[in-house]
Amino acid sequence: MAATPIPLEAQGIKKRFGNHEVLKGLSLQAQKGDVITLIGASGSGKSTFLRCMNLLEQPDEGELIVHNEAINFRTTKHGREPADWKQVERIRAKLSMVFQNFNLWSHMTLLDNVIEAPVHVLGKPKKQAIDEARSLLDRVGLLDRADYYPTQMSGGQQQRGAIARALAMDPEVMLFDEPTSALDPELVGDVLKVMRGLADEGRTMILVTHEIAFARDVSSQVIYLHQGVIEESGAPAEILDNPRSERLRQFLAPKH
Amino acid sequence: MIDLQGYGPRLLEGALVTLELAVLSLILAVILGLLTASAKLSRNRLIHGVGTLYTTLIRGVPDLVLMMLLFYGGQIGINMLTDQLYYAFDIDIFINVDAFVAGVITIGLIFGAYMGETFRGAFQSVEEGQMEAARAYGMSPLLAFRRVRFPLMMRHALPGIGNNWMVLLKTTALVSIIGLTDMVRVAAEATKATHEPFLFMIPVAVIYLLIATVSEWGFAKLSKRYNTGFGEASEWNN
Repeated sequence: MAATPIPLEAQGIKKRFGNHEVLKGLSLQAQKGDVITLIGASGSGKSTFLRCMNLLEQPDEGELIVHNEAINFRTTKHGREPADWKQVERIRAKLSMVFQNFNLWSHMTLLDNVIEAPVHVLGKPKKQAIDEARSLLDRVGLLDRADYYPTQMSGGQQQRGAIARALAMDPEVMLFDEPTSALDPELVGDVLKVMRGLADEGRTMILVTHEIAFARDVSSQVIYLHQGVIEESGAPAEILDNPRSERLRQFLAPKH
Repeated sequence: MIDLQGYGPRLLEGALVTLELAVLSLILAVILGLLTASAKLSRNRLIHGVGTLYTTLIRGVPDLVLMMLLFYGGQIGINMLTDQLYYAFDIDIFINVDAFVAGVITIGLIFGAYMGETFRGAFQSVEEGQMEAARAYGMSPLLAFRRVRFPLMMRHALPGIGNNWMVLLKTTALVSIIGLTDMVRVAAEATKATHEPFLFMIPVAVIYLLIATVSEWGFAKLSKRYNTGFGEASEWNN
């Protein structure tokens, strides 16, 4: 088949913590260039769903297919887990994640953060990785911060740096886990601007966010989660401007 | 110049033995410490149990008793093993438990337990998000340990390692009892022969102090290295 591979597909993902079922069979398909936004109240499972996609959480049920490659699972007495961790590592390297708390490695300079995984995971020559990292840092407006340590940068700079780190992997899909939630309001704009640029150039992105206006602007699909179930899903205009359910209407209503 | 009555070269040789013993024991202790810390943080109950048994046993029995157990008991144990090999497979080997090797193993075992506690605290001091990022970018557990957890935990582990090293260094004096000719044993022999305790014990004390001083300097350097990226935050924020 000559069809272009689907970057990421999740089918019937279920996840429980103890007796509490947080994800009750969620599916999603990201085609190339899609920007899929997950919204929902806290506790709706949106971050957990995102974290299942790169197996930072192990789904108890369901399938995950990245670039036409299905993850193999096996069941042990401790529950279900990936059968082949080498496969997981290989697939994770194709799915760059941007975290709410940035999680830049604090003992490395910004430049070292950006080249770390390309050099040590992908095996890229260091010199080439540095050249690429510099142009990525330039792109997110941080070339002059290349030799700074994360603690020497503001939250907004750290998050833009984290996006450069994610881009350095040239990922199949970028996963954003509430990337602006930990930022001071005046720093949010710069990060969103960088993300908008990525959406415009056709990056496949899946993001969890509370920035509804941003979601409306950049998303190709918005998914509204409630208690581990997809309550509504569709184009942003249809979901966000004409919510069908009372719950989503309330969720979208301006708070005071 | 002090006249060491011909014992000078032997004292220096002894000092070298002390230093070699201490450094090799330290390496063994660090490896055992890392393993112990991992074991004690493991969710596997058996592995956790082995780690706990080890630290409890070692920390509850005097160093000297352990050393004698290992030196004499070890030889008997190995003899029994080689005897079995001979009867069962007709393999004839003889392994002699050398006092130096016994010393390194004993001291390494003892301090491995203490290092284990030091490393356990340091392991836990590494923010989970740092390791999560390592995993999310496709690092294998070993790579993530080497590139992320280890350099981050060293910041917290170094003061404890330094402290253990100082105690370890002094513990090496015990090996003179199981017949290893370290500088303490040389000094003790010389004292017996010449009845001049100060003449030999003071140089020994000075050498210990010298090693300790150089180590402190080294640890300060290492500490500085593993602290890069921390602490100078506020003035740079903009």
